Amino acid sequence: MSALTERLDEIRAEGRAALIGYLPVGYPDVSTSIAAMRVLVEAGCDVVEVGPPYSDPVLDGPVIQHAAATALRQGVRVDDTFTAVNAVAEAGAVPVVMSYCNLMIQRGYERFARELREAGGAGVITPDLTPDTGADWIDAARKQDIDTIFLAAPSTTRERMHLTVEASRGFVYATSLMGVTGERASVGDAAQHVVAAAREAGAERVCVGLGVSTGAQAADVATYADGVIVGSAFVKAMGDGGDLDALAVKVQELAAGVRGVV
Amino acid sequence: MTGSLQSAPGPFFGEFGGRFVPEALMPALEELTDAYDKARVDPAFFAELDRLARDYTGRPSIITEVPRFAEHAGGARIFLKREDLNHSGSHKINNVLGQALLTKRIGKSRVIAETGAGQHGVATATAAALMDLECIIYMGEEDTERQALNVARMRLLGAEVIPVATGTRTLRDAINEAFRDWVANVDTTNYVFGTAAGPHPFPAMVRDFQRVISVESREQMLAQGGLPDAVLACVGGGSNAIGSFDAYLDDDNVRLIGCEAAGDGVDTDRHAATLTAGRTGVLHGSRSFILQDEEGQTQDSHSISAGLDYPGVGPEHSWLASIGRAEYWPVTDTEAMEAFRLLCRTEGILPAIESSHALAGALTLGKELGPEATLLVTLSGRGDKDVEQAARWFDMLPGEDA
Ligand SMILES: Cc1ncc(COP(=O)(O)O)c(C=O)c1O
Repeated sequence: MSALTERLDEIRAEGRAALIGYLPVGYPDVSTSIAAMRVLVEAGCDVVEVGPPYSDPVLDGPVIQHAAATALRQGVRVDDTFTAVNAVAEAGAVPVVMSYCNLMIQRGYERFARELREAGGAGVITPDLTPDTGADWIDAARKQDIDTIFLAAPSTTRERMHLTVEASRGFVYATSLMGVTGERASVGDAAQHVVAAAREAGAERVCVGLGVSTGAQAADVATYADGVIVGSAFVKAMGDGGDLDALAVKVQELAAGVRGVV
Repeated sequence: MTGSLQSAPGPFFGEFGGRFVPEALMPALEELTDAYDKARVDPAFFAELDRLARDYTGRPSIITEVPRFAEHAGGARIFLKREDLNHSGSHKINNVLGQALLTKRIGKSRVIAETGAGQHGVATATAAALMDLECIIYMGEEDTERQALNVARMRLLGAEVIPVATGTRTLRDAINEAFRDWVANVDTTNYVFGTAAGPHPFPAMVRDFQRVISVESREQMLAQGGLPDAVLACVGGGSNAIGSFDAYLDDDNVRLIGCEAAGDGVDTDRHAATLTAGRTGVLHGSRSFILQDEEGQTQDSHSISAGLDYPGVGPEHSWLASIGRAEYWPVTDTEAMEAFRLLCRTEGILPAIESSHALAGALTLGKELGPEATLLVTLSGRGDKDVEQAARWFDMLPGEDA
């Protein structure tokens, strides 16, 4: 049982959902982004998704695109991801990485998995790698005891859901809607259907991401999912100025949400 | 090993190709692959496509010998495959008509496309008007500026053109934005991909729709007395080149040469010569050569020609390069523009700047091989869209006289 599944099970035993916060490394600069990840942990995130910025983020909306482009202009490196992972682990949350696959391929899947484990990371979410194209990644991750977290979407067929659940470790990442990252006025019913379909296919832990930005939305998702994933809303709260106080306020709102307090 | 190299089915070409996309798009790609697999064995589908090629596009396109141009190429015989004469001005229409028919078959009513030079956008807007589909075109903001005429053409044809202001504001960002649209609207929308790159089934399917170029030209050359010594085509993502090569892949004596955009030169950081200077990686859904830094961030590309200004290339080209069946030559902006001017002045044919890269390759190869050689160059498009840019390059705009 991995550190990630253990933590998710403890949280379930508390009768609530986990709060999983995403931030890109290097936005608005490397040291502020790492300080911001510590703020996530202090203000109530159980798991932190550390995102190495990538030049062509096809699954991201304008907020995260802007943050990634800013970080790349500042010269962020993949090495900084492991530094951030280490900081999150020291702050007491479970670190996972969310990375587009070319960064992992260029480093080498084996080396990426090993360096992540050495930094204290628990798993990797792969937005553009599915189990059928990711067989060599899965092998490398298993060897290093790194969880492979795959996405399931509202469009995912029954057959593909089985494939996804089978290959996932830690949790299954249910995307709440058809679309890219970014805040939405409402989360919609699709999320609940994806979670139900994943559970039916045998998933033990399912977390919901895309579009969640308020405490009320988090509270709603927490009624049927094991975790609530929040990205754009945190990036936006912090902004180009790196406002960590505003970030803390936003995190507290979502942390209350996953506890059903709105 | 005696297997044919023609019409390789994918999803992998050697180690290249595949389908590296978000899960949300996987069902749509599977649906498209199924629909295409059914269509390709359905005589009614190809009968309709052939009819459109003949009665709408104007196929077969002719070949034209260009002796006055060839005088500057060591006296070799040079023929042009005239895709510039197709309706809407380039080879792009061959692919688009196939994909638009397929869109109808899978019952979707909205098409999206990316475009660089605007030719694929114009072709998609054309087919959408013909087949009554809603049409959205993503185009990098920089490209909307250097290809303003084509933006107007797309709008006149009823398409909505969305300028993409993120990243490098060119073709690569237009593709990113089209993928984002597709993820959000896949229920109603088909992505009409413009080149032989992207996730499976696009590289193989686009190649099949462009294959008509080499099927026709091979017969036309045989009727002229024999196969050419070499076939040359420009390479952006690689659709006109792969279509120009496919029927010759098993003709071992025919050299196949793809001409990539070398911009200011491959020894500078301003070029788009992916196979010359790139490395294997994943971009836009497939594994292929890409221009990237050592960490895997895509590098900015540059070319005077918007249609070749792309840091990736279709996976089948990476494969043909890796097995040595095709060669890929870098051609600079300056070399392409010299060839552009030469064809205008010696033959009265105004080529697209993209296609001028292949013409420049022919000038080099002709000098190397001498008067005995016969070369076939695909003229992938006409230069009307490039008039302003070329006039500026040659200081010919009114008010710019010395
Ligand atoms: C006339 C012309 N030729 C070539 C290209 C390059 O595309 P491909 O490499 O797919 O043929 C373009 C793309 O816009 C084009 O307009």
